[in-house]
Amino acid sequence: MYGNDFSGEDPPGGLLGEVEAAEAALRAAAERGRAAAEPGADLAAYFAGIVDADQKVEPRDWMPEAYRRTLIRQIAQHAHSEIIGMQPEGNWISRAPSLKRKAILLAKVQDEAGHGLYLYAAAETLGISRDELVDLLLSGRQKYSSIFNYPTLSWADVGAIGWLVDGAAIVNQVPLCRCSYGPYARAMIRVCKEESFHQRQGYEILHTLAHGTPAQKEMAQDSVNRWWYPSLAMFGPPDGDSTHSAQSMAWKIKRFSNDELRQRFVDMCVGQAEVLGLTLPDPDLRWNEERQSYDFTQPDYDELMRVIKGNGPCNRQRMEHRRRAHREGAWVREAAAAYAAKHTEKEKVAA
Amino acid sequence: MSQQHTPLWEVFVRARRGLAHTHVGSLHAPDAELALRNARDLYTRRQEGVSIWVVPASDITASSPDEKDAFFDPAADKVYRHPTFYEVPEGAAHL
Repeated sequence: MYGNDFSGEDPPGGLLGEVEAAEAALRAAAERGRAAAEPGADLAAYFAGIVDADQKVEPRDWMPEAYRRTLIRQIAQHAHSEIIGMQPEGNWISRAPSLKRKAILLAKVQDEAGHGLYLYAAAETLGISRDELVDLLLSGRQKYSSIFNYPTLSWADVGAIGWLVDGAAIVNQVPLCRCSYGPYARAMIRVCKEESFHQRQGYEILHTLAHGTPAQKEMAQDSVNRWWYPSLAMFGPPDGDSTHSAQSMAWKIKRFSNDELRQRFVDMCVGQAEVLGLTLPDPDLRWNEERQSYDFTQPDYDELMRVIKGNGPCNRQRMEHRRRAHREGAWVREAAAAYAAKHTEKEKVAA
Repeated sequence: MSQQHTPLWEVFVRARRGLAHTHVGSLHAPDAELALRNARDLYTRRQEGVSIWVVPASDITASSPDEKDAFFDPAADKVYRHPTFYEVPEGAAHL
């Protein structure tokens, strides 16, 4: 997953290894079993027992209402991000530099749609309908990741999105494979396994450009310069300002704080950037022997807040596009429903 | 608007010949044929299966709201259904 390792083998301790470990832990937790709650038992204590034992809460289990609401919000935003995330890259499908790159990019964007659908399905197990979820996105009452409100100005941006944006997403998502809510954890395992192809294809694009002509290398560097800080901002506000973190950690929805994950991402990227021969745009980036981590410049959180509030470079364009696509697809949904209804009618008559 | 009536389908995939169909997730589709095609696009993009079943979620009858309860109790006190319940005398082979 990192560096120039394209062999398909993940080094020990790599993120794919962690996904495998999370999957093994999920199976092991299932093996440990758990007796059903006795009639009249304290359901809150039963729920807490499942979470404490690192077992999975399943759709039909009792759960605190706030746990349910938190999960719906988080999973829905995640699903919306996958769907809106198709746009910045979709922008380059028709202009990919070769048939190979075009086929890869098509497959990647199709994966994003798939990830959105896995996640919508996971959210629906919590008792909210797909129509409500779609409506929450289209009406702007639920958000998607702010990163997708930045424009893709050059082909290198497709590479930078794969390397940095998908890379940051993976660092965020791998711990979610151990989330206490079963359907979300299982969806994340599937997503993470597929996501590593996305990161590698992006890295390969940048590697190719960075070892091409000076103009190509410059395009790659310009792209990294623009995507670095927005990618760091993907981990959310600093821990001190993060509103949902403490409770989500206690419920084991979240496993690490925003700042911990951001640091982890920076530490991974430095070596990868060196192999690319590109520079991360942070003059203060340096190894801290004492912390055994890199010191780095924080992203502009005021900018993050502006983008979240709807004033990023492409917010309106992204939402308008999604609304239009939904509207223009209405006739397809209606035709399919009419066709299904007609055949149900025929079966009834025949029966 | 028409989505209001798009039913939910549960999807089962047989990974390879010789294995049982396993539940992999769910999706929305207006009819069985589209459910199958959507399931192919959603759950087998990487050759994860050789066969798919789709079942309307509304046609599934579940045993109980809590997944595990008194419904399964009758099996709990019948350890004699397991071979390990029986002591095999010393020297008895092929048992």
